[in-house]
Amino acid sequence: MKILVCIKQVPDMESKFKIADNATWYDSGELAWRMNEYDEYAVEQGVQLKTQVADADLTVLCIGPQRVQETMKKALAMGCDRGVHIEDAESFKKDPFEIASMIAEFAKEKSFDMIFTGMQSQDRGSAQVGLMVAELLDIPSISTVVDFAFDAGKVTAKRELEGGIKAKVSCTAPALITCQLGLNTPRYPTLPNIMKAKRKELLSLPAADLLKVERKQETAKIYFPEKKGGGLVLEGAAGDLADQLIKILKENTGVLA
Amino acid sequence: MKALLVAEHRDGQLLTSSYELVAFAQQLGADSAMFLVGSDVSLPQYDGTLYLADIDKYSEYNPAVHKQLLLDVIAKEQPDIVVFSHSSYGWDLAPRVSVALGAAHVSEVVEVVDGAMVVPVCNAKLRRQVSVKTAKTVVSLQSGAFCLSDDPEGTPTVEKIDTDAAARVVFEGFEEAEAGGVDLSKSEVIVSAGRGIGKPENLAIIEGLATALKGDYGASRPVVDSDWVDHGRQVGSTGQSVSPKLYIACGISGAIQHLAGMKKSEYIVAINTDKDAPIGEVADVLVVADLKEFVPLMTAKLLV
Ligand SMILES: Cc1cc2nc3c(=O)[nH]c(=O)nc-3n(C[C@H](O)[C@H](O)[C@H](O)COP(=O)(O)OP(=O)(O)OC[C@H]3O[C@@H](n4cnc5c(N)ncnc54)[C@H](O)[C@@H]3O)c2cc1C
Ligand SMILES: Nc1ncnc2c1ncn2[C@@H]1O[C@H](COP(=O)(O)O)[C@@H](O)[C@H]1O
Repeated sequence: MKILVCIKQVPDMESKFKIADNATWYDSGELAWRMNEYDEYAVEQGVQLKTQVADADLTVLCIGPQRVQETMKKALAMGCDRGVHIEDAESFKKDPFEIASMIAEFAKEKSFDMIFTGMQSQDRGSAQVGLMVAELLDIPSISTVVDFAFDAGKVTAKRELEGGIKAKVSCTAPALITCQLGLNTPRYPTLPNIMKAKRKELLSLPAADLLKVERKQETAKIYFPEKKGGGLVLEGAAGDLADQLIKILKENTGVLA
Repeated sequence: MKALLVAEHRDGQLLTSSYELVAFAQQLGADSAMFLVGSDVSLPQYDGTLYLADIDKYSEYNPAVHKQLLLDVIAKEQPDIVVFSHSSYGWDLAPRVSVALGAAHVSEVVEVVDGAMVVPVCNAKLRRQVSVKTAKTVVSLQSGAFCLSDDPEGTPTVEKIDTDAAARVVFEGFEEAEAGGVDLSKSEVIVSAGRGIGKPENLAIIEGLATALKGDYGASRPVVDSDWVDHGRQVGSTGQSVSPKLYIACGISGAIQHLAGMKKSEYIVAINTDKDAPIGEVADVLVVADLKEFVPLMTAKLLV
C-alpha cells in the first residue's frame, strides 16, 4: 500500500509578525518555523495506517524553500519512510490551486492508495489544497475528519460539523482525507527515531518540473487589522495588574459585588 | 454582477447563516439567485429564484452529487460569483466547484474593501487583500462577517432541480454531540483555559480562579483535544456557545472558532503573554501577563 502525506511548514503563530517590504507577505526573517498543526495529525494518521496494514510505504511531501527540510525531518522521525521536497523559494506566493496542482502532478502516476493532508494551513488558512488535490486526481475525498478507519480498501470516517455534531461517511480507496484537530494524538519523535530519520531518503525536486498551471489569485496587500479600540491593555507587575483588574471588575461587572 | 448563493440545510431546517450570503450579495450590489439542497418545508425568506434539490434524495453530505447539481445551475445562471458560507458544508464543496469551474476560490472572506476580498492570515493576526485573476470567483464567507440589517423577507420562486450524478462518498448518518457535559450557557462567570496553560497540572490555577469568582471553568479546543478537559467544557464553534456576565480567557489566542462561542459575553478579560494576540480584538481588558504568575495572585487577592 502506498500512502502520501502532505505537510506545510508555517511560522509559530505566537511570533511577532512583521510585514515584508513589498507588503504582499509577512517578513520571514526572524520567525520560528514548525509543522502546520493540522498536518501533525495527517502524519500521525499516515503512520498509524502504515503500522496497521502490512507492506506499506509512506511518503511525506512538502513544497517550500530549503528550510522546510527541517520540518520534513520531524515527519520522517515520526515514521514516514521517505521525503519528497519540492523546492520552491517562492512557494508563499503560490495560490492554493497552484500548490494543489503541483502535488497532483507529482502524485498522478504513482497510484497512492491514501493521501492525508491537513484540513487547513495555519498561515493561509484556505482549507483548499487537500480537496483540490483530490479533485485534480479524480478520487473521492472527505474533509474535516476527526475519526478514521481503514479496512480492506474501505474508508470509514467521521466529519466534524458545527456544534460538535459529526457526520458518519464512507468511501473506497484510493481516497484523500483532510485531517482536523483531535483526529488522533500526534507522537513525539524519539531520539533513536530522530537518528534513524537522518538516513532516510529525502528527494529534492525543482518546483518548475511540476508547475504546469497559472495562478488564479494573488495577494494584493497584507496588513495588520485595525485595532477596534475600546479595549484596555494592562501591562506591568503581576501584583499591580491583579489589583487593577479587580477594581475594573468591581466597577464594570456585577460579579464582584 | 450576478451572484449564486449556496444556502444550507441541516436536520430538517434551513440554516439562518444562509442569510449572511444575502447580506453579502446586497453589499456587492449584485443580483442573486439561490441554490439549496433542502426541502419545501423550510424555505428561505428570499425574493428571487431558488434552485431546490430534495435533501431526502440527495442527502445532507454528498459532495460529488451536490457539486453536479450546483454546476448545472451555474451553467444555466452564469453567475460571476458563487458564494458559500465558510462552514463544514461550504469549505468542503467550494474548492470542488472552483476546480470544476477553473475559478479562483477565496476562502473565509471577512470584508470587501473597494471590491477586493479580504481574508485573515496567521490565525487572524494579519489580513490579506486578494486580487482575483479569473472571470468567475468562488468565495466562502467567514461565519458572522456579513449580516442583514433587517429581518429577512420574501418568498422564493422555486425551481426544482435533479441530477443523476453518482455518489462517491456515502453519508451514513449523524452522530449527536456528546451529551453529559457541563451546561455553561447559564454560567454567570466563566474562566477558560487555553493552550497557554502549558500542562494539565496548571488547570488547577484556572479552576481556582473560577471558584473564587463563583463561576465555572471552560476550555479552548487544544486543551480538550489533549484530554486535559472534557469536551463538555469546550467553548467555540464545535463546542458550546456561552454568554456569561464575565468571561476570562487565560492563554487563549482568540481564533475565530473560539470567538464564535464566547464573543456575546457581557464583559471579556484576556490574560495573555502576547500583546498582539487576536483575543485583544474582543477583550474589554487584555492583561499582558504570564497566567501562571498572574492568575494565582489574582485568586489569592479575591479570597482575602
Ligand atoms: C472547524 C474548526 C472548528 C474549531 N472549533 C473550535 C472550538 O469550538 N473551540 C476552540 O477553542 N477552538 C476551535 N478550533 C481551533 C481554533 O482554530 C484554534 O486552534 C484554538 O482555538 C486555539 O486554542 P488556544 O487559543 O487555546 O491555543 P493557541 O492558539 O495555541 O494560543 C495559546 C495562547 O496562549 C498564550 N500564552 C502562551 N503561554 C502563556 C502564558 N504562560 N500565559 C498567558 N498566555 C500564554 C499565547 O500567547 C497564545 O495566544 C476549531 C478549528 C477549526 C478549524
Ligand atoms: N506548501 C505546501 N506543501 C505541502 N502541502 C501543503 C502546502 N500547502 C498546503 N499543503 C497541504 O494542504 C493543507 C491545506 O492547506 P491550505 O489550503 O493552505 O489551508 C495543509 O494542511 C497541507 O496538508
